[in-house]
Amino acid sequence: MTAVLEKPEVAATAPPASRPLAPRGVGKKLLVYLLLIAGAIPTLLPLVWLVRSALMDSGQIFVSPPQWIPKPFAWDNFSGALTQVPFARYFLNTLIIEAGVLVGTVLSCSLAAFSFARLRWKHKNLVFGILMSGVMLPYAVTLIPTFLFWQKLGLVNTYVPLILPHWFGTGVFNIFLLRQFFLSIPYELDESAYIDGATPLQVYWRIILPLSKPALAVVSVFTFLGVWNDYLGPLIYLNDSDKYTLAMGLASFQGTYTAQWGYLMAAAAVVLLPIVLLFAFAQKYFVEGIALTGLKG
Amino acid sequence: MASSPMKQEARWGVLLALPAIIGFVAFTFLPMIASAVISLTDWTIGAAPKFVGFANYTRMFTADDSFFKSLWATLYYTLGAVPLLLIVAFAVALLLNQPVRGQGVFRVIYYLPAIVPIVANSMLWIWLFNPDFGLLNTLTEKAGLPRSQWIFDESTAIPSLILMSVWGFGNVAVIFLAGLQGVPRQLYEAIAVDGGGAWRKFRHITLPMMTPTIFYSLVTSVIGALQVFVQAAVMTEGGPNDSTLFYIYYLYRTAFTNNEMGYASALAWVLFLVIMAVTVVLFRNSSRWVYYEAGSTR
Repeated sequence: MTAVLEKPEVAATAPPASRPLAPRGVGKKLLVYLLLIAGAIPTLLPLVWLVRSALMDSGQIFVSPPQWIPKPFAWDNFSGALTQVPFARYFLNTLIIEAGVLVGTVLSCSLAAFSFARLRWKHKNLVFGILMSGVMLPYAVTLIPTFLFWQKLGLVNTYVPLILPHWFGTGVFNIFLLRQFFLSIPYELDESAYIDGATPLQVYWRIILPLSKPALAVVSVFTFLGVWNDYLGPLIYLNDSDKYTLAMGLASFQGTYTAQWGYLMAAAAVVLLPIVLLFAFAQKYFVEGIALTGLKG
Repeated sequence: MASSPMKQEARWGVLLALPAIIGFVAFTFLPMIASAVISLTDWTIGAAPKFVGFANYTRMFTADDSFFKSLWATLYYTLGAVPLLLIVAFAVALLLNQPVRGQGVFRVIYYLPAIVPIVANSMLWIWLFNPDFGLLNTLTEKAGLPRSQWIFDESTAIPSLILMSVWGFGNVAVIFLAGLQGVPRQLYEAIAVDGGGAWRKFRHITLPMMTPTIFYSLVTSVIGALQVFVQAAVMTEGGPNDSTLFYIYYLYRTAFTNNEMGYASALAWVLFLVIMAVTVVLFRNSSRWVYYEAGSTR
């Protein structure tokens, strides 16, 4: 397992690793292209269906056999979907949670990772091992007591249960990733700073963090995706519909407007679009992060 | 200089790790203990918890058909989805690893389905599965096959959800691709010198060198599939006729619809044990087929 986990870190700095030998002959190249295109069709078809449905009026959407080109382009599906349900509100709610979770995760996980990677203290490795053992536990086991805990505090139906745990390094996998990255930074940097009288906190902030932007980007992208995709959390903790996140709003929209496929697909496209944009700008971190984290989320 | 720079460093060390340590105790360790204790009670929200010993566990195995249904649905889904997912992802990774022009574009195309947020994805697939106007029946009809009811029929609901999950092969394919790029080139060259063809390269180098990556993906995919939830919650509500009553969804309903916190906690612990058992079995068998390089420290 660890073999895979450590590989991309090397890949990020080392020159590109080996590739199989180039295909010999035009015949093989042609075959590769044919297969690539043959596979791309079923891969893209559902997304094409999503876009075409989002742009069709309800007259055309139920024509059999189905048509592929919207005529006319029903852009009002988007305005319709966005006004039927307060998606702007859900968007804002999601961003509030995103901001709280992102800042908390990056701060608490990088501080802990810094301590585990660069500072010497007693039983450090034992403590680290215990923290990491938490990865093994399915979330279902802690779900109910955690819910009862927040209920007792009267904080159900607020964003606190969705944000606050992330300020306490609960994304332990992030601690693992950041620690791995911090370990690869030369220790001479810290030592010369300490000789100049810096405190560990200054070393963390002025030396380690600026050198770790790629790792922090990976953690941020995946934390962002985790919040964006989370359905169970908001489902359990949020009761008032004006507090819903996008994922929840979308699901409840699905429940109420079952036959309005133009609207529903437009709404789904709206939830998908920011992720496509994020992917366009941060593709490298997506790919690195998946190679690092496996299938998390 | 101060007498104790070491001591100071240790103090900082504990201080900076403290939030994470508190988080572990408060949000992992204590809830885990609490969950075990609650699983021994009959606790409906609003009433006082009552200690019942192992009654919740005996009820599960002797008097709860839904438990077995949910266990079966989850295992069926896992056994179907994981092998298919791994095979498709491996084939795609092999293709994407071929050095041809436009490789980057194809990588983006093949990865796209994996970034669709799960709730949006679920909605898209309800529509694709629509028996009258959906894409899938259009395609099966074109191919001369009979129409299917997909997720709306007891017998095809799980296979349909398996098909949907295979569409998200991109994540696993990326892991495989990273693995393929790490296979040392000299190995292929050695086979080429010996006059071996593409099949021999694949069978004697690519496949053995990839077994650790395959094993890692197998374990994480199985653990993920056993905890499938959103598809049941958004698409099928466990139906039709409980055929997609996935374990976590059943647990969710027990806890948050029926408010049976004690029984739901017992369900959670059984899931934990099932996941542990499956993981142990996978690791036990791994020595037979997972190849680690000689001299590797792992």
